[in-house]
Amino acid sequence: MASNPQLNRHGELHHLLSIDGLPRPILERVLMTADSFINIAEREVKNVPLLRGKSVFNLFFENSTRTRTTFEIAARRLSADVFNLDIMRSSTAKGESLLDTIDNLTAMQADMFVVRHATSGAPYLIAKHASASAPHVHVINAGDGRHAHPTQGLLDMYTIRHYKKEFSNLTVAIVGDILHSRVARSDIHALTTLGVPEVRAVGPLTLLPAGLEQMGVRVFTKLDDGIRGADVIIMLRLQNERMRGALLPSAQEYFAHYGLTPERLAHAKPDAIVMHPGPMNRGVEIDSRVADGNAAVILPQVTFGIAVRMAVMSIVASSARMQ
Amino acid sequence: MLELDAEVLYRTLAARARETFAGAALKLVGVHTGGVWLAERLRQDLHIDTPVGILDVSFYRDDFSRSGLKPDVRPSQISFDVAGSHILLVDDVLSTGRTVRAAMNEIFDYGRPARIDLAVLVDRGGRELPIAATVVGATLEVPADVTVVLTRDDDQRLHLTMENRGGE
Repeated sequence: MASNPQLNRHGELHHLLSIDGLPRPILERVLMTADSFINIAEREVKNVPLLRGKSVFNLFFENSTRTRTTFEIAARRLSADVFNLDIMRSSTAKGESLLDTIDNLTAMQADMFVVRHATSGAPYLIAKHASASAPHVHVINAGDGRHAHPTQGLLDMYTIRHYKKEFSNLTVAIVGDILHSRVARSDIHALTTLGVPEVRAVGPLTLLPAGLEQMGVRVFTKLDDGIRGADVIIMLRLQNERMRGALLPSAQEYFAHYGLTPERLAHAKPDAIVMHPGPMNRGVEIDSRVADGNAAVILPQVTFGIAVRMAVMSIVASSARMQ
Repeated sequence: MLELDAEVLYRTLAARARETFAGAALKLVGVHTGGVWLAERLRQDLHIDTPVGILDVSFYRDDFSRSGLKPDVRPSQISFDVAGSHILLVDDVLSTGRTVRAAMNEIFDYGRPARIDLAVLVDRGGRELPIAATVVGATLEVPADVTVVLTRDDDQRLHLTMENRGGE
């Protein structure tokens, strides 16, 4: 087997770093396990004792309230002890290296690291380091640079499966700043692995990376063409800082060409769903009438995200015995 | 491999349950998978209206850190209000009692029942916890290296097989 740093020698998921390279049965197992966690939120006690006694450290080197909170809720619902490190103000700010921070936390009996980092590959570095020094430790990538955001990809797949039941007959359009989006990358890998026949990327040429066709993606530069007949539309957040460069003229002009309005949405299938990883820029990539409309499943995505993250954590923790 | 007539055992279990719980407002909870089959049968035979609750106790097992999560976890689903109800927990084979403990822990996370009773098709002995069934189809002495497995065929008939894991 080609060595995939996410899998142990039995081919089981030990870290979740990227959807790229994960076999379809592992993705399907996450979705199926998440099904079992969905009901728990409706019970009187919303916790299960699965990770009792385990310590989960949230290491967010880049801000993200929503992702950090849903990871924290997921870990607490599994009865893990959760520690949120305020990295910006802690030892890293004093110059401690990333791996020294990890070693110190491992010495504090960490079992799992949830890592968000602005640098692509940082979770890989941590996982590789941990494999040598603390093989029982699991690393979950909560977003690294432009590279990957695998739990967002998985919760997007869960959402699509929830509303569309099957992947094998779908057209899915991903719209916006594909170039800088780790969500887009993870979604594309997940969609193609799960057998979605038509995956589209829609955006201005300046925000479309090279090599999309090689990933099995059809590229469109006009929104109406890109979402025509689509079952699922995934809108990406347009990061404001992109406006300052030469990539885009202005938010208004972007909205005029790529903002999803009810009129444009009419080009998609009548029962199409609209997704967004958040946080949304209303009036930039999405019209409020769409964001608050019947096709939007943006808030269910957040709810499903908890169950999907519970599934990921319990599956990686399951592989510990094999090391 | 030895096959027992599970249908005969089931009829004994149902008769004992009918007698033991005469007049009780029972609600049934079956443990995946065999316990759910048995609970569905008991629901018909004891004329219980409330839908059977379903438990997959994977998230409550005490051996997670040793054996991990099984690959095919199914959702638990109890649609009735557990608080204050009289629950008959149903499983196919009772041995160590650890599954029953896990199931009871899970039931309590839905609410505080007034009472829980336990019905099993076979009590094979080997208890590691102070747990006993209220009604059983049969009590068997089974050596530790023999597995007892309940299956159901396309005609909904139950079959109970005993297999020696130790080989010959």
